[in-house]
Amino acid sequence: MGHDSTYTNQKFKVVGTRVNRPDGVDKVTGRAKYGADAYAPGQLVGLFLRSPHAHAKIKKIDVSKAEKLDGVKAIITSADLPDLTGDDRDLTDILENCMARGRALYDGHAVAAVAAIDMQTAKKALKLIKISYQKLPHVTDVDQAMEPGAPIIHDFVRDRKTGKPSNVCKISQFGHGDVEAGFAEADVIIEKTFKTEQTHQGYIEPHACLANISSDNTGELWVTTQGHFGFRSTCAELLGMDVAKLKVTSSEIGGGFGGKTHVWIEPIALALSRKANRPVKVVMSRDEVFRASGPTSATSIDVKIGAKKDGTITGATADLRYTNGAFPGFWAMLGSMISFACYDIKHVKSIGYDVIVNRPKVAAYRAPSAPMPAFAIESVMDLIAAELKMKPIELRIKNAAKEGTRASYGPTYGPIGIGPTLDAAKNHPHMRARLKKNQGRGVACGFWFNFGGQTCVDLNIGIDGSVNLIVGTVDVGGSRASLALIAAEELGIPYEQVRANVGDTASLGHNDMTDGSRGTFSSGMATIFAARNAITVLRERAAKTWDIPLESVIWKEGAARATGKGNSNRPPLSLKELAASAPNTGGPIAGHNEVVADNAGVSFASHICDVEVDPETGVTKVIRYTVIQDAGKAVHPDYVEGQLQGGAAQGIGWALNEEYVYGDDGCLQNPGFLDYRIPVCSDLPFIDTQILEIPNPDHPYGIRGVGETSIVPPLAAIGNAVSNAVGVRMNHTPMSPIRILKAIEDSKA
Amino acid sequence: MRYEAPGTTKEAAALLEKEKGSVHVLAGGTDLIVRMRLGLVEPDLIVDIKHIPTMQAITASASGTRIGAAVCNARLGENKALKKAWPGVVEAANLIGSDQVQSRSTIAGNLCNASPAADSVPALIAAGAKAIVVSKNKRRTVAVEKIVSGPGQTSLARGEVVEAITLPKRPARSGDAYLRLTPRTEMDIAVVGAGVSLTLERGVVKTARVALGAVAPTAILVPAAARAIIGTKLDDAALDKLAAACSAKCDPITDKRGTIEYRTKVAGVLGKRAAKIAFQRAGGVL
Repeated sequence: MGHDSTYTNQKFKVVGTRVNRPDGVDKVTGRAKYGADAYAPGQLVGLFLRSPHAHAKIKKIDVSKAEKLDGVKAIITSADLPDLTGDDRDLTDILENCMARGRALYDGHAVAAVAAIDMQTAKKALKLIKISYQKLPHVTDVDQAMEPGAPIIHDFVRDRKTGKPSNVCKISQFGHGDVEAGFAEADVIIEKTFKTEQTHQGYIEPHACLANISSDNTGELWVTTQGHFGFRSTCAELLGMDVAKLKVTSSEIGGGFGGKTHVWIEPIALALSRKANRPVKVVMSRDEVFRASGPTSATSIDVKIGAKKDGTITGATADLRYTNGAFPGFWAMLGSMISFACYDIKHVKSIGYDVIVNRPKVAAYRAPSAPMPAFAIESVMDLIAAELKMKPIELRIKNAAKEGTRASYGPTYGPIGIGPTLDAAKNHPHMRARLKKNQGRGVACGFWFNFGGQTCVDLNIGIDGSVNLIVGTVDVGGSRASLALIAAEELGIPYEQVRANVGDTASLGHNDMTDGSRGTFSSGMATIFAARNAITVLRERAAKTWDIPLESVIWKEGAARATGKGNSNRPPLSLKELAASAPNTGGPIAGHNEVVADNAGVSFASHICDVEVDPETGVTKVIRYTVIQDAGKAVHPDYVEGQLQGGAAQGIGWALNEEYVYGDDGCLQNPGFLDYRIPVCSDLPFIDTQILEIPNPDHPYGIRGVGETSIVPPLAAIGNAVSNAVGVRMNHTPMSPIRILKAIEDSKA
Repeated sequence: MRYEAPGTTKEAAALLEKEKGSVHVLAGGTDLIVRMRLGLVEPDLIVDIKHIPTMQAITASASGTRIGAAVCNARLGENKALKKAWPGVVEAANLIGSDQVQSRSTIAGNLCNASPAADSVPALIAAGAKAIVVSKNKRRTVAVEKIVSGPGQTSLARGEVVEAITLPKRPARSGDAYLRLTPRTEMDIAVVGAGVSLTLERGVVKTARVALGAVAPTAILVPAAARAIIGTKLDDAALDKLAAACSAKCDPITDKRGTIEYRTKVAGVLGKRAAKIAFQRAGGVL
């Protein structure tokens, strides 16, 4: 049945309340089952052997001794993984990233894997595998990788103009107008270069799975993932299986933030299981997580902004260079789209260079590619404001995009939240709080696209009238609670009567990953439609019971009600009553919906941050932080606030201390939480939030995604605050004590 | 791998001496077990000292306080007398890791792990602490600064084990302090550490010891920094001299945690700040 997704401004009863989440008790009592918590009879331990070199030719792999070790059941190298990817280059890259094929392309690149009866045997076997490497020149820095004469990582990547091998795999340009004309109109022009170091999502749960392939080439995979349907298709394609014959179940997820939208160990775990004919469990160590999964890009960005004396921005450009790790990606392309999305600029241009380096393959990280250009651009916005003697927030308000603005990346905006979040920031008590010595305040804005995509849900009414909602989007941030609220709202029943579950790949049609902040937006839309379908069935059953036409039955407050002449005396039939009588009225009652949820509704945020900098040590303490963001509609305000706080916390870590440190040998020096410093509780103030609700016109409830935008402004907000605290403009993240003290000393010299 | 849990120090020493392969003493295990998990060490023998009663005791006597080598750092924080006499030593020990780590880790283990960045070591050196080193036939008392000989290396001979750390009796009007610089507030390793212990006489610094961590291959005693403040009321000139002496003694490296320049500068800053705290704890007025 077709449904209209237009926003209707309906009044809510349960949507917007702060109910307990269905997964809460199990999570706080330790009963929740994560990736590493599965068990199958006869399961083996799978371990990877990884390259100790940044770039090396693999001359020979000798597994003969390891194979002879008692207890070793299977060893896999690239020789065991025929390339079934055809001409799908992206898939070939995934295969090669999962297991090196002839060359190790980064420190930590998998070169072999073992399945053995226990951990000790597997460890022993890894030591018995002899690999002969020939080291090759490497490059890990984005600017160095673009220089002439840099070591070339892939011969198939060619310069667009010369046709010669290059590390630049993609050049993207966005914008409109004539930037030179724009700069000619400017009274003030600021141009500056910024660098951001590579960070990791830092999910506490490492990648883990239990793979079990039977001798008839059907299989099961239990895995921590943001998208089990996507994992299923990728694994099935790489291993030559039909998707219907591989059942993938998503475990509870201990954080993903984009890093669990990509396969890393799973195809190899399946290959090991197939070869050993036994279940194989693989759990990455933290060292492996850092060296071989999920980091975001390191970047180098030039920004130039020109403005008139009254603050009107006349022209703006950005050149953005992003590391992609060892395989081609589109991260700079995203960065170049996002760059100036917050502002209404007549002449604007951004160019993105995606660059291959000897680092792990870059993965999505919460609003992927967005925080880095925000750091650069929002810093330059403050410099322009200072030059014009304007308040930074006024400069932003003056140039904020609004409904009807043509975005720098192409589309024309509908109703959006950048102006309202800036106004809210301006009027927030935080902006008026007094600052002490060595303290400074910074403001910054952020944007994220949001995404909708393929979605389907099942809503089954139990024999007692309780409701099972089965969704296919993995719950990464409380979406089961939100979706159950939506089902309860539609059905007119209490939230407690609904239980939302994430179904496995055998129980639902394809669902896209939980990425692009789409979980509540898209599964929410499908849930509304599925519930409405179920209500039609419920009305039919009531009509049948009463022997009146369907049109005379309405659904209100959890019950079918007869309307029209002669029907007013009939007592309503509740959901429970209709469920109980279902065996006699046509059998089980359910609603189903499949949809491509379009027009996810862009998201904007403005952040305010106060820091205190110790001028003698460069140590920065964040003393107050406020996030103001448009949620469209906050279905469950606690989890919206949680997203706003979580993104800000990750952004603060990125801004101050998180970074991949590479040695001259191209090897990662800090693959662990000791020296890769995500913030601990005592590093953060309570992060205050203010939710604005500017309805998304293309969602029945007005919902927009809320999960990602909050990580975009913090780098810049902190950079601006540090500058206001101690008078040094930071142009390199993380703004560690070492970098800040150096900037302070340099500014004195 | 063999695991032994002897009941006396002598037995522990005998086991350590007898084993031909690689031996490791297990106190709290907060370094050793992590290193084993990472595959950095593969001991043939582990001697767990936690079952040795003398190693689990904190005892006070006329000559000072004796802290058994297996006493976990959380217990130091719970010992009021110790905290009153040596607040700097206790705060240094209590900076190590999380609550969970505190309930296992020990200062003797922190010393023998021989990290240049160990938090308790500069505080112990400043305090004039000594290690009681026991072997099968011998018992010797060694100044703490003589135990660590380089990163990951100690001067202990094969068959020797640290049984306890002793702190001298505290004269009146004494104070100590330890400060470290970490990018994170907790769960981090010192980029620079500074410990200061001093005693006042009529408001003037009579004796002082200043020690630094993470700025050289081992934690170091800086006599010149102590001399800079002895005989002073910790005026700005004295503090600047102390800072300069600290920075001058630094011999750090540039690594993932910090640069030579940063460590050298901040060693002086922390030395100054720790001296001020120690001075105030001793009853001095700034």
